[in-house]
Amino acid sequence: MTLAPGTTSTRSAPAGTAAPSAPSTLDRPGMTGAIGSSRRRPDGVPKVRGEFAFSSDLFAEGALWGQVLRSPHPAARILGIDSTRARDLAGVHTVLLAADVPGSPTYGLDRKDQPVFASDVVRYTGEPVAAVAADHPEIARRAAALVEVRYAPLEPLVDPAKALEPATPPVHPDGNVFRHISLVHGDVGTEAPVAVEGSYEVGMQDQAFMGPESGLAIPDGAGGVDLYVSTQWLHVDQEQVAACLGLEPTEVRLHLSGVGGAFGAREDVSLQVHICLLALATGRPVKIVYSREESFFGHVHRHPARMWYRHSADRDGRLVKVEARILLDGGAYASSSTAVLSNAACFAAGPYKVPNAHVEADVVRTNNPPCGAMRGFGAVQVCHAYEAQMDRLAAELGMDPVDLRLRNALASGDELITGQVIKGTAPVAEVIRACAAAPMPMPDRQGALGEDGGRNGVGIGEESEEMALPGGAGRSADARRVRRGVGLAVGFKNLMYSEGFDDSAAAACRLERGVVTITSAAAEVGQGLVTLLQQIATEVLGIEKVVVAPADTGIGSAGSTSASRQSWMTGGAVEIACRRVRNRVLEIVAARHGLVAGLLELSGGKVVAFDGSLAEDLETALGDEVVEETVTYCHAKTMPLDGNGQGDAHVSFAFAAHRAVVDVDLDLGLVKVVEIATAQDVGRVLNPLQVVGQLEGGIAQGLGLAVMEEIVLEDGLVKNPSFTDYLIPTALDMPVVRISSLIEEPEPGAPFGAKGVGEPPTISSTAAIAAAVRAATGLPLTRVPIRPEHIALGGD
Amino acid sequence: MTGAIASAELSYELVVNGRHHDVNGALAGESLLYVLRNRLGLPGSKNACEQGECGSCSVLVDGVLVCACLVLAATAVGREIVTVEGLAGPGELSDVQEAFVENGAVQCGFCTPGLVVAVHDLLGRLPDPSELEIREAISGNLCRCTGYGRILAAIDEVRRRRLGELP
Repeated sequence: MTLAPGTTSTRSAPAGTAAPSAPSTLDRPGMTGAIGSSRRRPDGVPKVRGEFAFSSDLFAEGALWGQVLRSPHPAARILGIDSTRARDLAGVHTVLLAADVPGSPTYGLDRKDQPVFASDVVRYTGEPVAAVAADHPEIARRAAALVEVRYAPLEPLVDPAKALEPATPPVHPDGNVFRHISLVHGDVGTEAPVAVEGSYEVGMQDQAFMGPESGLAIPDGAGGVDLYVSTQWLHVDQEQVAACLGLEPTEVRLHLSGVGGAFGAREDVSLQVHICLLALATGRPVKIVYSREESFFGHVHRHPARMWYRHSADRDGRLVKVEARILLDGGAYASSSTAVLSNAACFAAGPYKVPNAHVEADVVRTNNPPCGAMRGFGAVQVCHAYEAQMDRLAAELGMDPVDLRLRNALASGDELITGQVIKGTAPVAEVIRACAAAPMPMPDRQGALGEDGGRNGVGIGEESEEMALPGGAGRSADARRVRRGVGLAVGFKNLMYSEGFDDSAAAACRLERGVVTITSAAAEVGQGLVTLLQQIATEVLGIEKVVVAPADTGIGSAGSTSASRQSWMTGGAVEIACRRVRNRVLEIVAARHGLVAGLLELSGGKVVAFDGSLAEDLETALGDEVVEETVTYCHAKTMPLDGNGQGDAHVSFAFAAHRAVVDVDLDLGLVKVVEIATAQDVGRVLNPLQVVGQLEGGIAQGLGLAVMEEIVLEDGLVKNPSFTDYLIPTALDMPVVRISSLIEEPEPGAPFGAKGVGEPPTISSTAAIAAAVRAATGLPLTRVPIRPEHIALGGD
Repeated sequence: MTGAIASAELSYELVVNGRHHDVNGALAGESLLYVLRNRLGLPGSKNACEQGECGSCSVLVDGVLVCACLVLAATAVGREIVTVEGLAGPGELSDVQEAFVENGAVQCGFCTPGLVVAVHDLLGRLPDPSELEIREAISGNLCRCTGYGRILAAIDEVRRRRLGELP
């Protein structure tokens, strides 16, 4: 199968977990076979052997252990801090407070409103107050507990609606509203014969990456520091850390160490400033490794949302107007709240043609934990609401929900509610059709195991049959009270940074003695970028020996590993750098042989002439000569939203549909997700196996938000900061994912036509599961995560 | 307080992956996970939760699959400890490790060592588990990246290969 630009093809991927042959059946020969093939990830072998160095695995001779002391109160004045007892503990080397921060006392991604250490007031439970360095982590923990902080607790502001009221005292000098967007599109006075309205909520989700925040800071002896850390964006960390340390960025060198997952939670600074302060204060290497509990307090979460919607339509189901009010709880500090709100507002109406829209959206400051980036941010919250609304509208109209979605599906050339016309691909109807057409799992409950159960003829005994019921063994009620439901949802979001953000990525390609080295500061966080960069280099240069160098701040910024942007951005930089190297190599060799460069080609590690007059190994052809090119790649410019929320704010969009099949125990309220089918707009598949991994993994997080995951707050206190109490899906919770179709319409302007694939799986999978549970129960279930009591007790 | 920490220092010997290791000056409360990672230079076992919920620190103690974070290191004296580093020889991969790489079961990789150990344990005890038995067996190993699909595919491949159903 070959693809000409502008043509569309779909590929069917095998469903189910019992399909180990998935990669080979998906492989497709390309020019070199590198792009589109399931190459092995280069870090796979060290990872399975336990030899891959994560940031918590680092070792330095004489290293001390750091520990941060955090506020137990969501809101309090600090009356005084006495660290004498902590300092006097044997084995303690330093205790640092706010007064010990030599540079900027605050930091932040978007605005610097978050103190390195609180000094006068604490604004959320878990806010850092002091940091300790000691010989042993246990001594550091005990020392931190010996720092005496006298607090005068304040009434916490925990209701985001109250934060909007002008009479509410500000939690912070910057005020309680991070951002307000008023989006007005078309004629908002238009009325239509049919209207449905509803209110919806999304709880606070945690990224729950497996590798806790950790790092190693090593002072360089000349006042600077080298920081080895897990992050999504080395340069924006470097900028913030250097400012707080009062150093030049060149004096603070960041090195990416092994990252144990990210999902948005590593976009903000966590321990970076503290660990460097401790290292510089002691003159010793310092290591910090958060416990899981501390990790829950140490990073931002997904914004909880409250949303009100009214959808108006013609009797034939054509959407006329969408009205929405969106309120996001940003917690105590700004983080990326303004960008999250922008996405929530821009995508509030879903991937549908909506001629008239009015969205009033706010993100506010409270004394709840800070919220920021998590996979699909902003888009996830509104998708839960607008897809529930589409089902309500379908019911009101007596229409099939799939038909209603198809009738209104966006396509290339259509206008979003921001007034932006989609210039790239938008196969919305295609993803809906493909997803809806997927075969249903078997009607019996063992259908959850896949059509052949993975294996025919293996008896599933009574015990395991019970395991397949909602709740698993020993928890299910009468099996006759289990109902099946099916729901479908569609979602979308932007790729890359938006609203005029100066978004770029630098990368270098170096060819030396037949080996290609790719260097960038792009953070591999588990998604497999390192594999894709190798594939791109091999595709362009025809060379198999490609090394991806460790990422650090020695090269220009790659931008963040977020917003589904690195395949496009760093991928684009690498592609161009490799093409330039290729062209220079051909020119060099052509000059040496008196040939025309245009008649030469790189293939299979050789320079070959089309007429067969030359076929020389690269090593021979270039000898000692090193060819290196560094490129900074930029995407098409975007613009800020205007006062009516209008403007070409985004670069490109990706779409996906999900269909969930669930079994629900009506008496106990337990939900078993039996199967998720999906179709996704991917532009082009660069690595089939990695695409499958992104889809399955993203859907698991969507499932978590639908029926399991929420940070439970009580007056600003986190009630469940552990994997004992914050449950994420296990292998028993996660069903078979049936990839019905990967829609390959190459995206104009994207390297190899590929769209980022990481976020769409998380956007509509939650909404599809919620719809399926509604279908099984007949209950409105307007809040996610849906908890057993919402079902068993018959309401929200 | 200071005295309490100092007086609790212990020295003992652990046998890990067939090798004897001296542990000197350890605190009595150190977990096996801590000692493996920070005293013996064996950081393959991971520290994702350190409270027995995630399985990322799974090791075998006298052939029993345990969370190393829940075992006091000093109680493992005289026992045979196998970690992920001991599953294959230098430069080699076990069949489970090979299948994990080949099937895309590895993304960030933080859960991977614990899963690999758990799967060795499972297929050692139960050569032909059903899919549900596999899911149950690894339900104590949390993975946040993969959604488990490719992990299950990798396990199924090892199962079939060991049964001679695959070349």
